[in-house]
Amino acid sequence: MTTTLTPTSVGLDRPRSGGLVFGSLSDIWAMTRRNLVHIAREPMQLSDVTIQPVLFTVLFVYIFGGAIALPGGGSYVDYLLAGILALNLVTSVMGTAVGLSTDLHEGMIDRFRTLPMWRSAVLVGRSMADLLTSLLCALIVGLTGLAVGWRPGANDISVLGGFALVILFAYALTWIAACVGLNAKSPESAASFGFIVLFPLAFVSNAMVPTQHMPGWLQAVAEWNPVSAVCAGTRVLWGNPNPAGALHAWPMRHPIEASVIWSVALIALAAPLAAHFFRRRTTE
Amino acid sequence: MADELMIRAEGLTKRYGDTQALAGVDFSVPAGTILGLLGPNGAGKTTAVRILTTLARPDSGRAAVAGIDVVKHPGEVRRHIGVAAQDATLDPLLTGRQNLVLVGELSDMGRAPSRARAAELLAQFELTDAADRVLKGYSGGMRRRLDLAAALMTRPPVLFLDEPTTGLDPTSRQRVWEAIRELLGEGVTVLLTTQYLEEADALAHRIVVVDHGKVIANGTPTELKEASRSARLEVSLAAPDSEARAAGAMAPLVAGRVHVSEDGRRLSAGVDAVPGLATAVVRALDAAGVLVDNIEVRQPSLDDVFFSLTGGHIEDEDEDEVIGSGDGAAAAATAGGSDGGDGESGDRHELEGVRT
Repeated sequence: MTTTLTPTSVGLDRPRSGGLVFGSLSDIWAMTRRNLVHIAREPMQLSDVTIQPVLFTVLFVYIFGGAIALPGGGSYVDYLLAGILALNLVTSVMGTAVGLSTDLHEGMIDRFRTLPMWRSAVLVGRSMADLLTSLLCALIVGLTGLAVGWRPGANDISVLGGFALVILFAYALTWIAACVGLNAKSPESAASFGFIVLFPLAFVSNAMVPTQHMPGWLQAVAEWNPVSAVCAGTRVLWGNPNPAGALHAWPMRHPIEASVIWSVALIALAAPLAAHFFRRRTTE
Repeated sequence: MADELMIRAEGLTKRYGDTQALAGVDFSVPAGTILGLLGPNGAGKTTAVRILTTLARPDSGRAAVAGIDVVKHPGEVRRHIGVAAQDATLDPLLTGRQNLVLVGELSDMGRAPSRARAAELLAQFELTDAADRVLKGYSGGMRRRLDLAAALMTRPPVLFLDEPTTGLDPTSRQRVWEAIRELLGEGVTVLLTTQYLEEADALAHRIVVVDHGKVIANGTPTELKEASRSARLEVSLAAPDSEARAAGAMAPLVAGRVHVSEDGRRLSAGVDAVPGLATAVVRALDAAGVLVDNIEVRQPSLDDVFFSLTGGHIEDEDEDEVIGSGDGAAAAATAGGSDGGDGESGDRHELEGVRT
């Protein structure tokens, strides 16, 4: 223990290096990297974006593949992949809720709040990390899909657009998850959000099976479920079978527009709300 | 900036629900000194630190750190402080090094300087070997040292250490103490909260005792001990079987009961430290025909002060050794079976709180 600790602080009277915007960006980037390390070190979270996509894709293709006939015909694998992608990304936003709740409960937020950082970087860094893991998850689903016989029937730009549509929606959902995590009493109760909200949201839709087989009332719910619009829109962009195109509900006739509207609306609503909850939780 | 007050708290109040955590607290810390904020659990120490470190807003009162108002300019205050809080405020999933670099980067130090500073601190706190291990595997002592290192990342002029050694074994505590003492020579201003009197005595220039959200004493460790007036008289006798006479002779001069050691050779009692006390005691013992080997008037430990100030409950022990009492009613010598009577853990008197 020999180092000199001079009181002439580096921090004293020093303006933010590179100005406000750069400072905020570097805070966001530091927080993003921190959260990526978390995902890499938490076996549960890591398997959510690596093993689970492979498992879901293979299971659904081989178990349901032969049993489900699509209205209007076409390959079930081609139909299923957009749904699998949506299912994986929608359920993985649970990590956002649990992660934020854990930060609040472990006192980590207190450390951040005593640092001269841009406070909202805690939230934005979290959602950026989730966005990056969504990209990884999408890549794994795509590669697994190709391995089990999925073939898009559109040009590359359009296929990428399909991926972007799902990822945008998942990103919007992370802000809802952030609101939940910031209000949860514990990380465990934040996790239950996944089972109570995200799983029904993912399954009561056309993600796995066409809604045509559902009872009338459930069909109506499913057709207005944003996940259905996202899946249908992705199928259109991928050039894959989309039986929902024959339905009358507006989101089913305009799935791409509906998906974008849903996503933008959710972000516009949930991001400021999350910022508000964050301020409230961290003010005493 | 030697005369500058680096931390100033004036009339701070804070209520959490039904609990009045702070009920008007004033204190200040001159630059380059350590203030020990001492008090039992729930006294308001942590609340005061939370206000000064911009984590909480006071309901009323004012506080400034490095001359900057903590309510009006919290962002500026954060550029001047380092905080090692009571709870785990490091990331258990990052390595020690990653934790320090993250703190540096979020403090705008830049990546390369953060890495260099982290390496320097890891070496200083003897954590280099564990630097690239995930924090989950750290011992309590290692975590506390890393916490301290994190607080020092930006070389802040003001440091807040909230119970930095609570829950540590004696060896780890010593190492944290060494680290804090080293900061002293560097002109850093430190606010240290602790439940350990020994810690405040060992480290702090001044001590503020808080209880129930109020400052009940404020002074240097020596001042506090003197102010409590509860000195302790200890007498060693030259010959056995003279303890009853000795106790009888001492009784009118002491404030409490006279305790006798198991072997009947050492007597102790609480006294008011009036001038010439030792002379008076020696004369009284001589008049009673008691031969004295040694006599000492010992200043009280901070424990004595603290317990008398906070009205802490002290177990009334060693009843069976009491052979004399302050009102002069000497009793027969019945040296009890237990040891005790060594003045360290004997009786403590109710003392008036010192208010400054």
